[in-house]
Amino acid sequence: MTSELDIFVGNTTLIDEDVYRLWLDGYSVTDAVALRVRSGILEQTGATAAVLQSDTMDHYRTFHMLERLLHLLHQLIFQIPPSRLTVYPFWMGLTQPSESPARPRQTPFPLFYGGYYAFDEAFVREVLGKKLSKGTKKDLDDISTKTGITLKSCRRQFDNFKRVFKVVEEMRGSLVDNIQQHFLLSDRLARDYAAIVFFANNRFETGKKKLQYLSFGDFAFCAELMIQNWTLGAVGEAPTDPDSQMDDMDMDLDKEFLQDLKELKVLVADKDLLDLHKSLVCTALRGKLGVFSEMEANFKNLSRGLVNVAAKLTHNKDVRDLFVDLVEKFVEPCRSDHWPLSDVRFFLNQYSASVHSLDGFRHQALWDRYMGTLRGCLLRLYHD
Amino acid sequence: MPGKLKVKIVAGRHLPVMDRASDLTDAFVEVKFGNTTFKTDVYLKSLNPQWNSEWFKFEVDDEDLQDEPLQITVLDHDTYSANDAIGKVYIDIDPLLYSEAATVISGWFPIYDTIHGIRGEINVVVKVDLFNDLNRFRQSSCGVKFFCTTSIPKCYRAVIIHGFVEELVVNEDPEYQWIDRIRTPRASNEARQRLISLMSGELQRKIGLKVLEMRGNAVVGYLQCFDLEGESGLVVRAIGTACTLDKLSSPAAFLPACNSPSKEMKESPLVHPPSHGCRSTHNSPIHTATGSRLTQNFSVSVPTLIYTGMGSGSAGKEGGPFKALLRQQTQSALEQREFPFFTLTAFPPGFLVHVGGVVSARSVKLLDRIHNPDEPETRDAWWAEIRQEIKSHAKALGCHAVVGYSESTSICEEVCILSASGTAAVLNPRFLQDGTVEGCLEQRLEENLPTRCGFCHIPYDELNMPFPAHLTYCYNCRKQKVPDVLFTTIDLPTDATVIGKGCLIQARLCRLKKKAQAEANATAISNLLPFMEYEVHTQLMNKLKLKGMNALFGLRIQITVGENMLMGLASATGVYLAALPTPGGIQIAGKTPNDGSYEQHISHMQKKINDTIAKNKELYEINPPEISEEIIGSPIPEPRQRSRLLRSQSESSDEVTELDLSHGKKDAFVLEIDDTDAMEDVHSLLTDVPPPSGFYSCNTEIMPGINNWTSEIQMFTSVRVIRLSSLNLTNQALNKNFNDLCENLLKSLYFKLRSMIPCCLCHVNFTVSLPEDELIQVTVTAVAITFDKNQALQTTKTPVEKSLQRASTDNEELLQFPLELCSDSLPSHPFPPAKAVTVEKASPVGDGNFRNRSAPPCANSTVGVVKMTPLSFIPGAKITKYLGIINMFFIRETTSLREEGGVSGFLHAFIAEVFAMVRAHVAALGGNAVVSYIMKQCVFMENPNKNQAQCLINVSGDAVVFVRESDLEVVSSQQPTTNCQSSCTEGEVTT
Repeated sequence: MTSELDIFVGNTTLIDEDVYRLWLDGYSVTDAVALRVRSGILEQTGATAAVLQSDTMDHYRTFHMLERLLHLLHQLIFQIPPSRLTVYPFWMGLTQPSESPARPRQTPFPLFYGGYYAFDEAFVREVLGKKLSKGTKKDLDDISTKTGITLKSCRRQFDNFKRVFKVVEEMRGSLVDNIQQHFLLSDRLARDYAAIVFFANNRFETGKKKLQYLSFGDFAFCAELMIQNWTLGAVGEAPTDPDSQMDDMDMDLDKEFLQDLKELKVLVADKDLLDLHKSLVCTALRGKLGVFSEMEANFKNLSRGLVNVAAKLTHNKDVRDLFVDLVEKFVEPCRSDHWPLSDVRFFLNQYSASVHSLDGFRHQALWDRYMGTLRGCLLRLYHD
Repeated sequence: MPGKLKVKIVAGRHLPVMDRASDLTDAFVEVKFGNTTFKTDVYLKSLNPQWNSEWFKFEVDDEDLQDEPLQITVLDHDTYSANDAIGKVYIDIDPLLYSEAATVISGWFPIYDTIHGIRGEINVVVKVDLFNDLNRFRQSSCGVKFFCTTSIPKCYRAVIIHGFVEELVVNEDPEYQWIDRIRTPRASNEARQRLISLMSGELQRKIGLKVLEMRGNAVVGYLQCFDLEGESGLVVRAIGTACTLDKLSSPAAFLPACNSPSKEMKESPLVHPPSHGCRSTHNSPIHTATGSRLTQNFSVSVPTLIYTGMGSGSAGKEGGPFKALLRQQTQSALEQREFPFFTLTAFPPGFLVHVGGVVSARSVKLLDRIHNPDEPETRDAWWAEIRQEIKSHAKALGCHAVVGYSESTSICEEVCILSASGTAAVLNPRFLQDGTVEGCLEQRLEENLPTRCGFCHIPYDELNMPFPAHLTYCYNCRKQKVPDVLFTTIDLPTDATVIGKGCLIQARLCRLKKKAQAEANATAISNLLPFMEYEVHTQLMNKLKLKGMNALFGLRIQITVGENMLMGLASATGVYLAALPTPGGIQIAGKTPNDGSYEQHISHMQKKINDTIAKNKELYEINPPEISEEIIGSPIPEPRQRSRLLRSQSESSDEVTELDLSHGKKDAFVLEIDDTDAMEDVHSLLTDVPPPSGFYSCNTEIMPGINNWTSEIQMFTSVRVIRLSSLNLTNQALNKNFNDLCENLLKSLYFKLRSMIPCCLCHVNFTVSLPEDELIQVTVTAVAITFDKNQALQTTKTPVEKSLQRASTDNEELLQFPLELCSDSLPSHPFPPAKAVTVEKASPVGDGNFRNRSAPPCANSTVGVVKMTPLSFIPGAKITKYLGIINMFFIRETTSLREEGGVSGFLHAFIAEVFAMVRAHVAALGGNAVVSYIMKQCVFMENPNKNQAQCLINVSGDAVVFVRESDLEVVSSQQPTTNCQSSCTEGEVTT
């Protein structure tokens, strides 16, 4: 007696959260059954292994079908109770973009971090800033081996990044809002995706060995600051001329701003200005800094580093290396002198503020836009 | 030209990509009704086209309106080659043809293709203007309401229950026509879907005519079935119960003058005496002569059993004269009827007087294609024969009517088993005819028959019993006689006193049969049938005793025929009726009493059985009050103390009296173990595991002893197919496989639904089919309902009072509710409600022109989910409106079975799609639930070698609007708002 066919279809689709988790993690049916047996479910429920096998198969089939429908997710075929929807953003997933005005906009649910669009830190760290193209997909095998995340799960996460990227790439307006509305993700998750999309778009290098100590959270934090301050959207003005419509307001850095950053070079090129700046900072910080002498000795190097990073940002190549440069030029020197974080904060505050007292320097607003963001980023990046 | 059908194609969404190059689609729509076709413009390059078409108007006979489905085809325009079909939508416009149902069909319908499944959605608006041409009512039967629900629908009152209506239509199956060799599978499937849709429409119209002839206005318990007879054709047949219904929530509540419903009905056009011409021919594409294309050259009628209590006894003549009087009355009410049958399973209070027992009849027929289309109507004759038999069985039980009546078939190649079953009963004539009979008799009736136990009292004459039965005085009233066991096909009457809870009881049986052809095959089958019936009955009885219960409700016995075997599956809900005597235990008797070890074994088994009975009594909370013998009163003579069931039929005659059973209870059941077969039977009795704690199951509407349902319901369908491995199968191995299949299926259900505990699986409906030689397919549809455990414990004490109370409040609330609804819908309709009411009352036609009056239903539900349930009600909610029946037939075929996830993936997706389409149609009618939902057919065929599979599904149910009880107050108190979600054109199917 062998079972040829075995299905269960409910009018509302029942989702077992544990099985869902196992499926998301990319386990095969056999492995999932073994894991469920180990969880003691048989003893709890008095079920047999055969029942568990049938149940797991059934859930996997459902998830697989739902995944296929993900791309035109109208909640047509599977009615899922709203209480579960709050748990699984996936089931609502994509709603149709504005092309379909006949469909009333669905209200976004306060969605739970942990559904289909959730991702593993270890995985995202591997692909962050890389181009989301097919070439990278071939590397998924390596990532899977390296991180211990199943290949299936890697695929899903990668495809999610790509899908979100593709949808919001063409859209204007707030990146986070766009993601949240079109994928009905939680606020937190939408912010993370915004960071991922932003990094992928600008191709920031994050894989270098010296950047390995940084977490996804560090980068996401920086991304958020940069989106808020350095993009076109940050200026708050909708581009009026039709040409600039090609720019994504939140995804691309403000080119004009990057161009202007060259003006900051005077801070290190003009020796008088540099000395004056140094003396202002040193006067203010004397006695307040544990590492004062080291700071005094290194001031010119640090300042040169920070200003040169700004001046170079007109080249795409240098934009990509932004984080490498920041770590090399600022984080590492300070760390080798054992600056405590509080001293770094004091220094950066004073370093930014003192510029306002430099009479010969005319780009105060530009400096603030640059340094305000950079200060936040550096403080976040400064750890072991 | 009595009707104008108007259709508007609004938009589409999520269409599939038809042009690979552009990743887009140039879609347009063809709208077809009858022979008229309209087209929309082509909407270029979009997957979400906005056609916003004009109103396409079809001027048609109302007869066609009833028969024809509206056919909408979405196509992709192609300049150079033929246009590609994306998919179709069939819309049954019947719900628009009667006044109280839907006024407009509007919503998003899934676009369905028989090869690809659902491919996007289309937004359609459909309206009908009917003209007041009274003469035309004779050819069509517009206005007759249909309900699948097998009880009087919740917001109606039965004025008269007229009785049985039946009809069948026959046609050639397109799948077997010569043209099928040359056309594509898609074309063939679509021809089939369309034909069945047409035939259903025609059938419904014809039944409607019969109802009008009987002066009724509705069909309740409407059951329509398809017989796919293969080469010999396609039969669509339906049965139902004609009624005159009066809407409780009708605006009559405003006007005291309308209190006499029968009078009101006479003014209604629907009951205008239909004059001649009902049977007039018409230009239907279907041959109207029923059965004309089929013939019979072989027929076997199978002797059938009459199930009732077992045992024997005889006694006095109490109640004689009264009973005679009653019988006379009922007889006069029923005698004009050819078949006094009722498809209802639940009845208005007082309708059911006595229940005799289950009656059933089966007959084996040979199907053959007929070459002469003028052949007499053999199908009708076959069913008439069977119904006659049922009628005579009922008569033998002293009953004049059969309730809970149903018919079914099982077909394998050219052999067909026709089955009919029901419950013989004596009915109260009050409901069967016009108000004329009301008078002294009725009053006497009510005085004399305490409704709580009346239905258990035997209807037949004690001195002249049709079969040996063991009678005692009723344990409730102590006046009338009752049998010791009662089997019925109906639902448990609400006023019945039940002790403890009920449970699902199944008897499962397989019998091998030699492969044979034609007559030899039919003879072999008909020879096997009586034994199967007997064994199924024995199993049921044993299992019932094992549960410590004494009555079965909702009994349904299905016998399925296959190439080399017969399967029997009986399902019922066992309960302990307080009016019937306590069941005795089960005694085991060995055949060789001298063997010591054998004795020991027997006593061990006996102990196990006794333990199980005790455990079950505890589990189902069966603690009947102890009654001493004296109270029971006059001893009833008992010529035989026990009945005996013998395993092997050949030995039955000679050993009856010699068994020593002195140690048993007086009316114990004896199981004799005389061979290994019997041993296994006993074992199998004990292998049925009870559901895990927190779960109950029944196949009736409600579970006795549980009243406090929460609103959490989950309807589901589960299908399993197993392949029998060995070639040299024995009956025992087969039985075990089948038993395991059913038990494992139940176990899986319990596991799947464990998050709903405490819960009850209600209306569990098993269907067995044998699609191929070694395949057994079991399909289960049921609904799981969560209940509140704490309250459940209290209610068991006084179930009667509760249910009575509930019944009365039910009516009150139903009367109150429409007022609230009206006030809510005020802003959206042009007249003040009072005026609207007057208008309708004065109108000779409550139909057509004044349709606009009724505001769209305001479901006000926060969740746009469409509920589906096989029950006739929704727990925690009030049904405020019936929108019409849903009767849909789908075919799905694939030539890429592996790619679609194998047979499981294929069928899973298809069933999910069927659910989606049912929901979409309900939502488009403005409803938010389907009640009395049933999957009548699920025919699955596969050919894995060719990577192909095909499946046919037929579902039906009643589309309704319900309002949560908790929302009721909110609705009435709230300021009328405009959130009539379900009625707006952009209403979501599911949000």
